[in-house]
Amino acid sequence: MAIAGPQETITAREAGLVSCDNCGTLAPLGSRAVCTRCHATLHSRRPNSAQRVWAWLIAGIICYIPANLYPMLLTNTFGRVSEGTIVGGAIELFEYGAWFVAVVVIVASVVIPVAKFVVIAMLMLGVRYGSRLSAHRRMQLYEITEFIGRWSMIDVFVVAILTALVQLGFIASINPGPAAVAFALSVVFTMLAAQSFDPRLIWDTLEEPQARARR
Amino acid sequence: MRTRHPISENLDSLIACRSCDLLLDRVIPPPGKVARCPRCHHVLISNKRNVIDNTLAGALSTAILMVAAIFFPFIALDEAGLHRDASVMDAVGAFADGWSAPLTIAVAAFIVVIPVTRAAALIYALLPLRLGRRPAGGAARSFRLAMALKPWSMAEIFIVGVAVALIKVTDLADVSLGPSFWAFSALIVVVVFENSTLCEWTIWRLLDPKRR
Repeated sequence: MAIAGPQETITAREAGLVSCDNCGTLAPLGSRAVCTRCHATLHSRRPNSAQRVWAWLIAGIICYIPANLYPMLLTNTFGRVSEGTIVGGAIELFEYGAWFVAVVVIVASVVIPVAKFVVIAMLMLGVRYGSRLSAHRRMQLYEITEFIGRWSMIDVFVVAILTALVQLGFIASINPGPAAVAFALSVVFTMLAAQSFDPRLIWDTLEEPQARARR
Repeated sequence: MRTRHPISENLDSLIACRSCDLLLDRVIPPPGKVARCPRCHHVLISNKRNVIDNTLAGALSTAILMVAAIFFPFIALDEAGLHRDASVMDAVGAFADGWSAPLTIAVAAFIVVIPVTRAAALIYALLPLRLGRRPAGGAARSFRLAMALKPWSMAEIFIVGVAVALIKVTDLADVSLGPSFWAFSALIVVVVFENSTLCEWTIWRLLDPKRR
């Protein structure tokens, strides 16, 4: 497979074509609104990508704040109620000596969500103002973000299982706290932000000099 | 695979990278090999063997395992003579009280409804092809739905959540695992297998009415 030099590259859009986002069928740009093969709406770039990404991202960050401030679990043992936040729960696991699980919880509920906020914002700023990172590096970051985002949902499922299982009346019972809902919303919004981002924008900025010359 | 300028030729001989929009000559790689975009290295076509068979096998196993996962006991807890059983449905219903109720719907969707819908959509789209018939009406829509739901199907994440919850609880009480837990665990293997064998590009081509 020969790699074409940069002066030879041409995108579908520059060639007057649009490739279906869904099934990859090529069609002349602007000729029809719907793909002949899979009936998906055709667009060369995802519409209003920037607005959508920022909107979902900000919603995700806003929900992440109560997710950390409010308790995730309400544990009732012999009539005493204790409240556990996300970080508090992980610290408790550390104290039990369950290092590995504590690390899994911290990575899934703190490191991944925060890294996702930072990466998505950085990709958007990179598209708008240019970036010191190469397009390749940014593409890798985007792929990792898209792949890993769903795994943050672990903590919500942990709460669901503990609530379902630990209902032993007076001895011990566990109930979900308000943070569970906020955290689930934050994960969903950040996933939508990543899905609204169009990776082609990373590469479009590289073509701009040529595209401008053509106009 | 090289980019070319004249566009007058047949569009079927070209392919655009989904990830960076680079226009390329379409070269189908030999069986078992993968064709990548020379610019961004995104996979264009992975010419897997038996794509239809493997995807159908994955979808059917998901459907069967999910039935087992829902109807068998999932997990049980014993402490001080008290016994508590929890099924997958109990875990789904954990948020049903009070204002967290909408989360119940979301959890039900993520771990049961969406995985089952995906399996049904894949079977509907691909089974006629496997039997050598024409694709069913709406097969394209159905496959599109299955692909769109992929990130929202979280059965495998649920199982990791179960593992974390178990470690939190084992200090508190005796925990025993039911058949449903093992059905769900097998589901992870199936999901990984399915993801590694599915080539969207190949299936779209097989579903295309013009090519049959």
